[in-house]
Amino acid sequence: MNNIELSVKIGNLTLQNPILLASGTVGYGSEISEYTDLSKIGGIVTKSISLNPRKGNPPPRITETASGMLNAIGLANVGLEEFIKTKIPFLKNIGSTLICNIAASSIEEYVKCVKALNDEDTVKAFEINVSCPNVKDGGLIFGNNVKNVRLITEKVRVATNKPIIIKLSPNTSSIKEFAQAAKDEGADAVSAINTFVGTAFDIYTRMPKIKNITGGLSGAAIKPIALAKVLEISRNVDIPIIGIGGIMNWQDAVEFMICGASAVQLGTVNFINPNASVEIINGLKNYCSKTKLEKISNLIASYLI
Amino acid sequence: MIEKNGIVVDVDEIQSGIFILKVKSSQIAYEVKPGQFCNIKVNNSLTPFLRRPFSVCEVENDIIFFQFNLVGEGTKLLSQKKNGDLLNIIGPLGHGFNYSGNYENVIIVAGGIGAAPFPLLINNLSKDKKVATFIGGKSKKDLIKYKLKNIFASTDDGSEGFCGNVVQLLESEIHKYEKSKTKIFACGPNAMLRALSKFTIANGFDCEISTESVMACGFGICQGCNVEGANSENFFLICKDGPVFKAEDVKL
Repeated sequence: MNNIELSVKIGNLTLQNPILLASGTVGYGSEISEYTDLSKIGGIVTKSISLNPRKGNPPPRITETASGMLNAIGLANVGLEEFIKTKIPFLKNIGSTLICNIAASSIEEYVKCVKALNDEDTVKAFEINVSCPNVKDGGLIFGNNVKNVRLITEKVRVATNKPIIIKLSPNTSSIKEFAQAAKDEGADAVSAINTFVGTAFDIYTRMPKIKNITGGLSGAAIKPIALAKVLEISRNVDIPIIGIGGIMNWQDAVEFMICGASAVQLGTVNFINPNASVEIINGLKNYCSKTKLEKISNLIASYLI
Repeated sequence: MIEKNGIVVDVDEIQSGIFILKVKSSQIAYEVKPGQFCNIKVNNSLTPFLRRPFSVCEVENDIIFFQFNLVGEGTKLLSQKKNGDLLNIIGPLGHGFNYSGNYENVIIVAGGIGAAPFPLLINNLSKDKKVATFIGGKSKKDLIKYKLKNIFASTDDGSEGFCGNVVQLLESEIHKYEKSKTKIFACGPNAMLRALSKFTIANGFDCEISTESVMACGFGICQGCNVEGANSENFFLICKDGPVFKAEDVKL
């Protein structure tokens, strides 16, 4: 089969294939472009952008764990103005879909950021980060409260006509309620999931291995849990899902799509194999060809339960 | 670049617990500058999960050398590599030493495995430079002298050379060097680099330090290896802005 259709739709947003690069794992694209062909991927989600620059957390910020890692970067970013001035020009020319991830400390800040970027043609959608576990202001304070997620989605919805994706936290008892709230207020999709709160200690110094004490757990270790969250949303809420969590290869990507994801994001794997995205896209093509699947979108939520 | 198929040529235990890994990779060998590093995936499994960063120790034609000690699972696996094994390497990465300039004397200060980047630096220095290498370790067995020149040693327990740390040794010898004609290059534990930076800044010596950190990607996307800038206003990334910094630019 030569004509395998890899494109997928997230609401009104069409992606040339379902492989996106996750926020916070590819900066603003320039560094990873030395190792992979960004024009081949479905899209790139920027490092979280906030209204003002954020310095981020002091070191050490990361530590390796069994089949994963903990990070507490603290949303270090250049801020909205600098992003528009110095990062958008590069991102304009990558030949792939650009999704801006927004992080904020208040509802007003989310709205300001979205409004400021709304006129940028290069920005095709917004991913609203209500789930960063590593900052004191904002982040999980919003993401753990369904009323706040509802309110943020409602306010951001009014501020833009571009697709809105709400990035959900797994650190809640019932992720489907959050997905439902996002849908009710007009979000086009949800990303599931952000990282899990975790920690690690040095047994000799008895001190935490990262300065922030806790960090977000990512990597292969979290895949089964992420998959269960995606499935929970898929079985209960009628909203497109972007699956994230420990995807290391094309088989993982297929598994997420079967469990309900319309697209997936690659995160931690980019650190280990910066060309993973292109390799996974090739793997998906071969899989479709071998299993005689004409459209990859036929995989979405195709679970037999 | 990504060298997917770096071929292991040799792994040699040069002294107890200290290894030299030789890998054939013509492009990295051609491009690498002293003080730069490579990020190595030690195997194809999920354990260890992340790559491991190592500075390039030496280059011989199309073969790059890495010097390492046994720390954990990653270095243990590397020490067991056999000739012909393939290694996935990203490199060369980061900014190395700036060794151009009109100074006459090069002082190298190395603590323990911090000796790793200096054979390559020494090979690349112009021949008219006078090199003195100050090395330090806990004990005699921890001193690494591999391909270093004109060595002055210090040990914490006094089992070889000066009894004390390497910065104290340097302080006792520094009167022999004119600061306008001398450049210092250092690599070692943070405590050593901190003490050395304090000394070189106070005494007006030009000094570059090679820093280290736990890393994930090695090229600037994970932002995990930050170090505070001297003015406290910003962080640098050790992988991308370093690993070599001017002593006065960072706060370790």
